[in-house]
Amino acid sequence: MTEISHYRQIWSHRTPRARLLLWAGWLALVALFVWCWQVMTQDTIWFFVADAPQQAADIGRRMLPPRWSYLPELMQPLWDTLNIATLGTLGGVIMAVPVAFFAARNTTPSVTLLRPVALFIIVASRSINSLIWALLLVAIIGPGLLAGIVAIALRSIGFVGKLLYEAIEETDARQIEAIEATGASAAQVLSYGIVPQIMPAFWGITVFRWDINIRESTILGLVGAGGIGLKLQGSLNTLAWSQVSVILLLILGTVVLSEWVSSRVRQAII
Amino acid sequence: MTTQRYPTTWRRPPQILKDRRWRIAIQIGIVVYLFLAIGTVEVNWSRVYDGLERGQRFVMGFLQPDFTSRWRDISQGLVESLTMTLTSTVIGVAISVPIGIGAARNLAPRWVYYVCRAIIAVSRALQEVIIAIFFVAMFGFGPFAGFLTLSFATIGFIAKLVADDIEEIDEAQVEAVRATGASWAQLVNYAVQPQVMPRLIGLSLYRLDINFRESAVIGIVGAGGIGATLNTAIDRYEYDSAGAILLIIIGIVMIAEYSSSYLRKFLQ
Repeated sequence: MTEISHYRQIWSHRTPRARLLLWAGWLALVALFVWCWQVMTQDTIWFFVADAPQQAADIGRRMLPPRWSYLPELMQPLWDTLNIATLGTLGGVIMAVPVAFFAARNTTPSVTLLRPVALFIIVASRSINSLIWALLLVAIIGPGLLAGIVAIALRSIGFVGKLLYEAIEETDARQIEAIEATGASAAQVLSYGIVPQIMPAFWGITVFRWDINIRESTILGLVGAGGIGLKLQGSLNTLAWSQVSVILLLILGTVVLSEWVSSRVRQAII
Repeated sequence: MTTQRYPTTWRRPPQILKDRRWRIAIQIGIVVYLFLAIGTVEVNWSRVYDGLERGQRFVMGFLQPDFTSRWRDISQGLVESLTMTLTSTVIGVAISVPIGIGAARNLAPRWVYYVCRAIIAVSRALQEVIIAIFFVAMFGFGPFAGFLTLSFATIGFIAKLVADDIEEIDEAQVEAVRATGASWAQLVNYAVQPQVMPRLIGLSLYRLDINFRESAVIGIVGAGGIGATLNTAIDRYEYDSAGAILLIIIGIVMIAEYSSSYLRKFLQ
């Protein structure tokens, strides 16, 4: 009687070779992590780190209770913040629309020249955060709401442009061909063939970006670009933690509200 | 004899707001809002005019970036940013996997689900910069505070998407593994993990990319990295160095974006 040996083998998911490679990969990742950790923490003062729970408790004690009487003073900065976000979105969308039409493969006037330029504008705008844009613009055009609005607008170009040009590239070619068959000019094709197809996506993207912009505009004041962040910066500099907690709660409320509005609007459109 | 007049023009019907009254109301509302909003924006035009010359200098600095004279500071900031990015992504993903499993309705008991979802909500609601301010106040200046900030932000992002992904897995495979008499841990290991692993790796790479971008920002509030170097360069009006730093950031982000999208395609 022979024993059936291969039933007794323990099943394993991968071949030994694959397992070895996988282990090597994980080991490399761990080694890289340890090395990065060493490099990163060589200047860390561990006394401050050990001290952190005490600091946290101290800050927590100073933050509570929130100084609610500070709230009326915040209404004007809040209005400014909303304006930065809304006007910035408006400006960004106005600039993003032509960029998107230049970047989309099926509407661009020249694939070799204009499309790479449009794509570079999109990448450059996307990779620089609005806080950095604000930092630059405050240095250039001075502190105030205008710097914040322009920063938000410049940042929005990349986001809106990228999503919009993808929507343009995904339009149904048959509808455009049907419009072309009626003898429509290029402008008429754009207006009757492409625009109706991307309209829902356009409004969805705009409202989505507006929501993100509300979130980002609350902190632009930290570098002097106006809005509620300016009050936050002031309170932090004077160590008025009980005012900081009021501002943070207000920001949180605004963000949650704008997120709700944006998700409702997007549901209604799409 | 009357022939019905054939229409020679056609107007496109409205797409989104079908009711005419709503359209008019919203248009009036927009105009009123723009009036009010633009009215409260005070612009010091003479300051803007003065700034144009500076803006021109900045554009010149961007076109002729100066990598060499501040290279020591730039390279130190870059090393801080890159190490911060990697360590925070690794730690953040490692913490967010158990939280993500706990926040999946089909794997965790009710109370664990609510606790984990609350952690995710807190982490997502707060801006990175605001968290960074607090961590800098607690842990002192430097990349360690930035590392903690990015790890914290990573938890909310990865854990939520992993949890949503686990909730959408194919239940038939789970059923099959459960039918063999597998324990809960074996269930997670053999039925859930293979289904969500490709997406988890893709999300981690994407988060690595985001963390680098954010590491450039949180330096402005003192959490180390290239952002601190950039802030100093702009404060000192050294626009050619600032231009160099911005070009480096754009370059690294582009490389990271292309390689991570390539890797994600390769893995899936």
